[in-house]
Amino acid sequence: MLKDVDRIFQNLYNDKGSDLESSKKRGDWVNTNELIEKGKNWIIDEIKASELRGRGGAGFPTGLKWSFAPKEIGSRPHYLVINADESEPGTCKDRDILRFEPHKLIEGCLLASYAVNAHICYIYIRGEYYVDGQKLQAAIDEAYKYNLIGKNASGTKWDLDIYIHYGAGAYICGEETALLESIEGNKGQPRLKPPFPALIGLYGCPTIINNVETIAVVPTILRRGGKWFATLGKAKNTGTKIFCISGNVNNPCNVEEEMSIPLKELIEVHAGGVVGGWENLQAVIPGGSSMPLIPKKTCETLKMDFDALMAEKSGLGTAGIVVINKDQDIIKCMARIARFYKHESCGQCTPCREGSGWMWRMLERMAIGEASREEVDMLGDVTKQIAGHTICAFGEGSSWPVQGLLRHFKKEIEKRNKFNPTFGKDKNIPYLVDQHLLDKKDA
Amino acid sequence: MSLRRPSKEQPQNFEFSSSSLQAAKKIVAKYPDGKQQSAVMALLYIAQKQNGNWIPLAAMKYIGKFLDMPYIKVYEVATFYSMYNLSPVGKHFVQVCTTTPCMIRGAYKLVEACKEKISKNENELSKNKSCSWMEVECLGACVNAPMMQINDEYYEDLDKEKTLKILDKILNGETPKPGSYRGRINNEPENNRKTLMNLKNA
Repeated sequence: MLKDVDRIFQNLYNDKGSDLESSKKRGDWVNTNELIEKGKNWIIDEIKASELRGRGGAGFPTGLKWSFAPKEIGSRPHYLVINADESEPGTCKDRDILRFEPHKLIEGCLLASYAVNAHICYIYIRGEYYVDGQKLQAAIDEAYKYNLIGKNASGTKWDLDIYIHYGAGAYICGEETALLESIEGNKGQPRLKPPFPALIGLYGCPTIINNVETIAVVPTILRRGGKWFATLGKAKNTGTKIFCISGNVNNPCNVEEEMSIPLKELIEVHAGGVVGGWENLQAVIPGGSSMPLIPKKTCETLKMDFDALMAEKSGLGTAGIVVINKDQDIIKCMARIARFYKHESCGQCTPCREGSGWMWRMLERMAIGEASREEVDMLGDVTKQIAGHTICAFGEGSSWPVQGLLRHFKKEIEKRNKFNPTFGKDKNIPYLVDQHLLDKKDA
Repeated sequence: MSLRRPSKEQPQNFEFSSSSLQAAKKIVAKYPDGKQQSAVMALLYIAQKQNGNWIPLAAMKYIGKFLDMPYIKVYEVATFYSMYNLSPVGKHFVQVCTTTPCMIRGAYKLVEACKEKISKNENELSKNKSCSWMEVECLGACVNAPMMQINDEYYEDLDKEKTLKILDKILNGETPKPGSYRGRINNEPENNRKTLMNLKNA
């Protein structure tokens, strides 16, 4: 288990309060101007040395991303945008940072803004987190009051303004370019990349977008050194990570642990074990709902990091672990996730807009055993026609969980769906496979 | 995508009250000159708050003029995002999360409770007209599942019985205490904490 001194988020459970005074006792804002005096290149090199990878799901190296920002401010201003639109089912880590460790985030914003030449930082918070956003706003006001941010922030001669922008309940706005569209006052529909936001982003200006957790760990990395961070975890998968363990466990919780910790340790030690015992485990969604599920036999030895999960054809994503035990109907669970994606598709690309509904309706029927054998293969085919054929990664995000289900639980589906339209009495097959569901009002 | 339709009964006029106007001007100042359209989302919230928790078409037209942007662009935004209510909802607006992490911990029991106490169908006002409920997608409090949101506050670690009690309170016009209903502190593992023990409050 990670030693307590190596935990970055000391106030994860709000034992000591989130105000400025208590945050300073935990080491926030102590020598911010000394860090900034060491220069932009030092900051970026230190983050590169730490091998920090983005905590929002894609795991892109943060230092590398920052180095894409133009070195000098040209005719257009630079922006830093913080993605706090946390909506991935299974994930609730950013909320705890917003409400309990806001000063780590604000200080991280200052350091990152300096490194990428930005004077304005927008924090995009999902609208449902209004109360937590107000707590962050209180911390921002405090920081302005003591001149930690604003003109000549923390005595560094760098000006920084931080503004909060609330979303309004659209999962897709967690996608970086959709988020920019949303800040600009449009529908949250993703843009084509390239051009990448680092060169043409918010209002057409160079923009760096990072997740809350990524930015909040930056001050600690700079204080304790990139090397310290890189010694935790394993190569290319370094540092600590907040894991959210939800679902059928005895003590669902958020916990900060070392990267590459065994999944079994997280569940058994921190979350108090699976409801009904380890033998009752059916499957685990390892990184938020977009990541394909992992069956029990793999869970025994699985390590929680980007590369190990990639090798299992899944991913670390946001590290939102959803534990599903044998009391649950796995097909129904995935059907509900498919409904989530059907609801949240922005509607811009046809394969995703239509396909997400197809997947949901087929899975709902498979859950009650009304589908035919052929449809199981058809479902796999639909997922392949969505993934990779859309502007943003939502297409992958919606089809991967279904592919995961087909990969590991195909037998279960086939056992339940024996309907064969070619012989027997079951002649009542609708011409359009989904027609009878479309007639329902909520389809 | 979700289906969203504006209410059939619309008021003729809408105007910001003086406090809303002040708040709106403050928000427009957050964005660079000429980019006032960015404020549209926040202004829709202000209109929603002023107008008893829903946004009439007249408000969208008003905001369009206010921000010097076409009405259709405001309409697009208001219909795209699910947190803007386009038809009247209860003063106490209950949103139950039923996405998988909540579902496997019994979110549909909460839905049953809402059906019993508030109304049989989603988005229908309760008998005393003060309350309505709907199912929503993940609210981002998965380790506190099952949970629901009433107006701005989260109510966590619920079961059917606790939900019935909370709903009784709001139907009586009281505001129940938000947060965990199993008495746990924030997101710590209940009775099983193994980290940061030296900081733990006695």
